[in-house]
Amino acid sequence: MAPLGRADEVSRKIKAGYIKANDRLTPVERLEIYSRSYWYRLIDSMYEDFPGLLAVLGPRAFDKIVRAYLADCPSRSFTLRNLGSRLHEWLGKNKKFAGNKIDVALDMIALEWAHIEAWDAAERKLLGPEDLLEPGPDLRIGLQPHISLLDLRYPVDDLRIRAASAHTEHETASNAVTKPKKRRALAVGRLKPQRIFVAVHRMDDSIYYRRLAHDEFRILEMLRERKPVGRALAKCVKESATPVAELQKNLEKWFASWAELGWLCGI
Amino acid sequence: MPANRFNGFTDYGIGIGLRIPHYDHILSRKPVVDWFEIISENFMIDGGRPLKTLDQILEQYRVVQHGVSMYFGSAEKLNREHLKKLKALVKRTKTPWLSDHLCWGSVDGTYSHDLLPMPYTFEAAKVTARNVREARDFLEVPVCVENVSSYAEFHVSEMTEWEFLNEVVERADCGILLDVNNIYVSSRNHSFNPYEYLNSVPADRVAQIHLAGHSKFQKYILDTHDHPVIDPVWKLYDHAIKLVGPTATLLEWDDHIPSFEEVHAEAMKAERFLPVAAV
Ligand SMILES: [Fe+2]
Repeated sequence: MAPLGRADEVSRKIKAGYIKANDRLTPVERLEIYSRSYWYRLIDSMYEDFPGLLAVLGPRAFDKIVRAYLADCPSRSFTLRNLGSRLHEWLGKNKKFAGNKIDVALDMIALEWAHIEAWDAAERKLLGPEDLLEPGPDLRIGLQPHISLLDLRYPVDDLRIRAASAHTEHETASNAVTKPKKRRALAVGRLKPQRIFVAVHRMDDSIYYRRLAHDEFRILEMLRERKPVGRALAKCVKESATPVAELQKNLEKWFASWAELGWLCGI
Repeated sequence: MPANRFNGFTDYGIGIGLRIPHYDHILSRKPVVDWFEIISENFMIDGGRPLKTLDQILEQYRVVQHGVSMYFGSAEKLNREHLKKLKALVKRTKTPWLSDHLCWGSVDGTYSHDLLPMPYTFEAAKVTARNVREARDFLEVPVCVENVSSYAEFHVSEMTEWEFLNEVVERADCGILLDVNNIYVSSRNHSFNPYEYLNSVPADRVAQIHLAGHSKFQKYILDTHDHPVIDPVWKLYDHAIKLVGPTATLLEWDDHIPSFEEVHAEAMKAERFLPVAAV
């Protein structure tokens, strides 16, 4: 769906063929009310969902990206909550829109999409003793569906926290027409690259970005891939640069904190 | 006594749309409210705070579901996956009836997230009624269709909007959610007499009424739900209540949402027009 073109004579004729004029508005002007409302509503939703990307790119580039993305990937879901679901993939194929900020932009989109997923994903029953009755070599442990594990090239987590607008909750739907809103972008300097591992998760109805050690990230990733716990640990020990004794201590600490955070559940 | 067979809930009184900025106030202060209307789509999710809040609200209040994306007027059949999610929510809320709009808004799985106007033809009425019946049969709950605000009219229309509404609800044998603000907005945008519309609505099918504010521009009126209800709309409401009897009434306020007290006070103005016995 593209915005109606004022100069588009063919489409003007076609539209006039379907739509009546009234004493104040031509057919095209009447349809433009819908067209404007469509764009305001969708763009507004993207601003709400991606304040970090807005901070990274600035308002002009952000607006360009959002319009091009929405023209290529119109909503395929009944809820605006899913509007940005293809943005990461789309920008990955349309890198020119972010220029030399492409890597940081892609990282920020990954983080912000994880944030949306964390907000309303399911929470499964916590891992209990019954799940550990047969702790053999095939024991598998699940990770809560609201957790996303991200391997990022830039420390976008801190920036996102600063950029987050006052209303972080996304109420997706109403049946009112949307009017344009004024937006302000956080002015940020250039971020220095720094590889970070982050878990985006939900606890007590709030979203958190928790930085992880590389080994910790690897194990969690393997649990998510449904690898048996034993195999995941063995692989981590084999591949890690950390001495085994220290890694063992870390593992105890990590498992304890994952349990405390409510991350672990049955498969 | 129900006022009509589509409204077994005449004692519902005056409700308020449940909106995020009011969550804390409602949960901590527990104000006296007859019922809350929720937008179904905001709760068709797997978990998190919205559902937890809804469950807390349900412990203390009656909730009625209102949808914005079923698109009864679409030429395509309703989406089964969507209906399944909606039915799960219906079971959760135990909504006594459920409403959505007399409009279309998606084509081949691409969504406009808008309530788009329909051509008022007999064929469109037939298709819309089929969809309403399908929703009701699947969801196993009474379904009401709501008239929308519109900004465009089609050359192919064979009847007026109110004739079309009649045609659809008779064919579907369903209820009506009568939005008197939408009648007002459309009457100004399309230059018709809103009282002619009201007088032709089958009173025995009106299960619920919507009130809202709108925004006036030079050449048209936009249904923005971001203002108090204006006097001409209250007058229409007064007339509607005289025609249909005491009816569950809801104030919609979706943008620039003021404090809970302000929205509540605005909604309670409807009391003036409801017969005393019903309140
Ligand atoms: Fe309404």
